[in-house]
Amino acid sequence: MLGLLALVAGGMVLLIVWYLFSNALPVIEAGRLAAFFTDSLWQPRSQRDPQFGVVSMLVASFLVTLLAVALALPVGLAGAVFHRFYAPPVLERWNRRMLELLIGVPSVVFGFWGLMVIVPLIVRLAPHTSGQSLLAASIVLGLMILPIIALTSQAALQAVPPAQLQAAAGLGMGRARTIWSVALPAAKGGIGAGVLLALARAIGETMAVVLVCGNIPQIPKSLFDGIRPVTSTIALEMGYATASHKALLFCAALILVLFTALLVGWLSFRKVESDPGTGGA
Amino acid sequence: MTPPTPRARPVAPVWLDRALAFAGATAALLSFGLFAWLVWDLARLGLPRISWTFLTGEIEDAGRSGGIGPLLVSTLLILVCCLALVIPLGTGCALWLSEFVRRGSLAARLVTGGVDLLASVPSIVFGLFGMVFFGQTLKMGFSILSGGLTLACMILPILVRTTLSALEALPADLRPASAGLGLTRTTSIVKLLLPAALPGIVVGITLGIGRALSETAALIFTSGYSIRWPSSFWDSGRALSVHIYDLTLNVPQSGAMASSTALVLLALILVVNSAAVALSEHWLRRRHQTS
Repeated sequence: MLGLLALVAGGMVLLIVWYLFSNALPVIEAGRLAAFFTDSLWQPRSQRDPQFGVVSMLVASFLVTLLAVALALPVGLAGAVFHRFYAPPVLERWNRRMLELLIGVPSVVFGFWGLMVIVPLIVRLAPHTSGQSLLAASIVLGLMILPIIALTSQAALQAVPPAQLQAAAGLGMGRARTIWSVALPAAKGGIGAGVLLALARAIGETMAVVLVCGNIPQIPKSLFDGIRPVTSTIALEMGYATASHKALLFCAALILVLFTALLVGWLSFRKVESDPGTGGA
Repeated sequence: MTPPTPRARPVAPVWLDRALAFAGATAALLSFGLFAWLVWDLARLGLPRISWTFLTGEIEDAGRSGGIGPLLVSTLLILVCCLALVIPLGTGCALWLSEFVRRGSLAARLVTGGVDLLASVPSIVFGLFGMVFFGQTLKMGFSILSGGLTLACMILPILVRTTLSALEALPADLRPASAGLGLTRTTSIVKLLLPAALPGIVVGITLGIGRALSETAALIFTSGYSIRWPSSFWDSGRALSVHIYDLTLNVPQSGAMASSTALVLLALILVVNSAAVALSEHWLRRRHQTS
């Protein structure tokens, strides 16, 4: 009985992949999968010249994710170092509480705020654009993953054995040297795991991005160009998609799942490798 | 042969320490400031509108005026559906993993691996899956039921993980002791293990509720956009988060209403998540005192 429940819970992910696959099947069977990567445009509903190029969206997804991490990592990591080594413990505790609550802020609220505040700021920076751009999406997404990176970095720094820090102090290293040569290298694995987690979360994020990215399916040439990541395309087009267009969107979703599964799978594999004692996943 | 002399590491100069402190403080302030800015903006725009009539009123003029009454009811009903599925499924799975299979056995590894992978699936994909599986295959259409069940799949990993760690944190001698008293495994689970692990399970459920409340992408293709008062689980109903999305995307000049809705949603999530934190801290303290 309980085994059945466990089977359902453990097999859910297979059911999801199966449903995505069977709905994407028309495209795969029709041999359109190649067009997915060779077509340069995305105009699946065009009567005259339907094109199914998904490359621009994949590029957009990767770019916006990488930029978001590039923005959030320095801020989150420096903040974590500050709270661990410089700030009084009270501040650290309250900061951690704040971050834990911020992880719960709905992504759609970030998107809405980004459209209200960040996008007008970008228009002021680049007056002849709409403001809805790669830059806006990266900033909003970066803000969303900042608490994840900050919390995991803080936990990783906390886990550095105190004996190592004391030994560094005993060798006469200053605080800065201790942080740079002892604490950060020792916490590297934990920080990296946090970044991977943030990457997986960011690339699958829809709502924070769809409202501010401009929704133009193109490979951006500058930070101020509009983009259209895979997730946004699914959210915007599934409502009215039919037939092969719909199958294409399922195909895109399948690619997305495979990618995040690879990221997370690699992460838990790495965890098992590094500490076999705890059994990992 | 003499061992190589370790390269002398110069002590970092004071200015470097100062620079690190400065950079760290700036980063900490920046992240705090950005979030304070967000909350301040929402409060400035949204707070003046919030009143009893806003919380209970119907949506008027596509959302430019009126209230969010039906949305609150829909959100609540979606949560009910979600919990009705996820609590038995999640607790059952965790119980099976901790009490019925050996840790590290192939079956246990497959199930935990599946649950971990489930946690990595993007929420929009849950939306697509819910649309075709619950909506079309199980013929639920666009309904509160379909949305709630989709969310259940999404928060299942949270519940399995927290329940499992609660069960594993129980004193190891509990199980042989109950067997020694002649209790059957079922009695031992129902009367002993589940009550003892209850605080952890409750924390998991609370965290799951917080995650479910904040979800949008999984709901737009499952529970839909209807703004009428829902009369059954089979009706379509718009959740609060979906309302914010719809207003921002489709309804011009609705920023203030979206802010008010976002504030209500944030307040709900804040309450739920603080409850989870408080519960787990309370529970940890008690365990430290008793052990």
